[in-house]
Amino acid sequence: MILSKIFKNTLLLLAACLVLSACATKKEVSTTTDIQGQMQSDVYTGTDTVEYLADGVPDRVFFATNESILTTASRETLRAQAAWLRKNSSINIVLEGHADERGTREYNLALGERRANSAKDYLMTYGISSDRISVLSYGKERPVDGGSSPLAWSKNRRSVTVKAN
Amino acid sequence: MKKKLIFICLFLIIPIKVFALIEVDITRGNLNPLPLAVSPLSIDETSKKSFEKILDKENIGSEISIIVENNLRTSGLFNPLSKDAFLQAPDIANLKPRFEDWNLINAQALITGKVTYADEKLRVEFRLWDVLAGKEMMALAFTTVPNNWRRVGHIISDKIYERLTGEKGYFDTRIIYVAEEGPKTQRKKKLAIMDQDGANNKFLTLGNELVLTPRFNPTSQMVTYLSYFKNLPRVYLLDIETGTQEVVGDFPGMTFAPRFSPDGKKIIMSFAKDGKSDIYTMDLENRIVERITNHPSIDTSPSYSPNGKFIAFNSDRSGYQQIYIMKNDGSDVKRISFGNGIYGTPVWSPRGDLIAFTKLHNGKFYIGVMRTDGTGERLLTENYYQEAPSWSPNGRVLIFYRETKTNAKGEGFSAKLWSIDLTGYNERLVTTPTDASDPSWSSLLSN
Repeated sequence: MILSKIFKNTLLLLAACLVLSACATKKEVSTTTDIQGQMQSDVYTGTDTVEYLADGVPDRVFFATNESILTTASRETLRAQAAWLRKNSSINIVLEGHADERGTREYNLALGERRANSAKDYLMTYGISSDRISVLSYGKERPVDGGSSPLAWSKNRRSVTVKAN
Repeated sequence: MKKKLIFICLFLIIPIKVFALIEVDITRGNLNPLPLAVSPLSIDETSKKSFEKILDKENIGSEISIIVENNLRTSGLFNPLSKDAFLQAPDIANLKPRFEDWNLINAQALITGKVTYADEKLRVEFRLWDVLAGKEMMALAFTTVPNNWRRVGHIISDKIYERLTGEKGYFDTRIIYVAEEGPKTQRKKKLAIMDQDGANNKFLTLGNELVLTPRFNPTSQMVTYLSYFKNLPRVYLLDIETGTQEVVGDFPGMTFAPRFSPDGKKIIMSFAKDGKSDIYTMDLENRIVERITNHPSIDTSPSYSPNGKFIAFNSDRSGYQQIYIMKNDGSDVKRISFGNGIYGTPVWSPRGDLIAFTKLHNGKFYIGVMRTDGTGERLLTENYYQEAPSWSPNGRVLIFYRETKTNAKGEGFSAKLWSIDLTGYNERLVTTPTDASDPSWSSLLSN
């Protein structure tokens, strides 16, 4: 009995050690790259690089690695852009799609195009005519952050709405 | 067509006589490079003075022999011995080598030759000797305009390489690439071309617009590439002799990832519209466009097999980037990459038996080769970032580009060209005046 109790305790202790060490390593990564609070499951959530088309209308949305799916925050940003575009009906836009540096050049050109198009599709469902939107992919050619860290890459995976006129 | 004719006229090649002996083991890469001696080409005083005047080179004979020596060394298969150890004078060696002397410094092969100036032309003769057997293996003479002296050095290197290895050489070739400058966030890119050994570097565009992925036509001095001229990313065609540029992929969307068919008559490329990228071909003569793939995924980086019957390409239809092959009409699509990680940039070897690729696995990038059915995967080199292999025309060497990791401020970035032997040995930095990426190797110029 006693023996099994000791065994149980040792196991618990071991498990606790494992959990602690796991936390420790995780923390180390996040402090060295200053990710805390700026990324959520690989998608950039900070505001460092964001510019504004108008008050309360951010100009860009961010994506997860290899993905072109819009997050909840991205959809909110695009709804704000759609509302602003409806109010300013003479403005046309270019959606510039970008990828991070961790992929082959040609695939990234296609991925940038796909990201910009998912933003375009969403704007269109909120009443913006495709005639007012053009798409331009830069692939990985125009990073906004030149760093080689997961945080820098997350800022670069983006679609930016730019006034065309 | 015209240019090709001129090349042939320029080089009058006269074989003198031929025997058969030394063999180089080319299966093991550079483990045991063959020791050989490249004696400076001898030159008489009058010819020397004439060339000094025309070419501004003190001794054109030794300049040409240095080109040969460098080519053979960089191949990794040969070890040219130091000239300090040579006992015999170049002119006498060319007449009749004293084989004991060359044997003494362990040279297994010897290259000698002579340069003369006659009728405003450069005449070069060279001989390849088997030192151990004491026999001449090859003797050739070339006559050309003096300005072609570097190419003479490359052609001699190709002849020696072919005679000793049994494979065609790759020295009389050029590399087209993208020259890069400026901060990583605002990179300025120009098309540039140079000889395979880095000489005669020339910029072909001014850097006003972004240019990417230039590729040679295997049958002519034409290049296809992607340009962001007027912010419209489109596939262009450039004649590097005349400088004429024209857009060929002017579809309502982005065209990119261009490559020529092996006969040089078609361009195969990707066309991206509404979030999907498919593969198309355009016949350059009648401008007829054919759609090859039709899939909601990204299909890109197409590359023809050397017989033109198949196409290797990159697709994420399985969820991630993988390599597929299909018939040239788009039928019989088969995935061939099944290893761990994601795969991109398939490029069919000019020999037809292998596909070179880029692979990303566990945060590292690899250049590798696999058979055309996907078996026999071999990774040649691992690094932080590298991609876009291009084959030497004999299918022996791959050239690609590598980028360095930057610090938190984005400093420390560089992009450079590297080459590696098919065996995974002999990895070398290819020196360029600026940073460089997206290399493409030409065919042999003197074919």
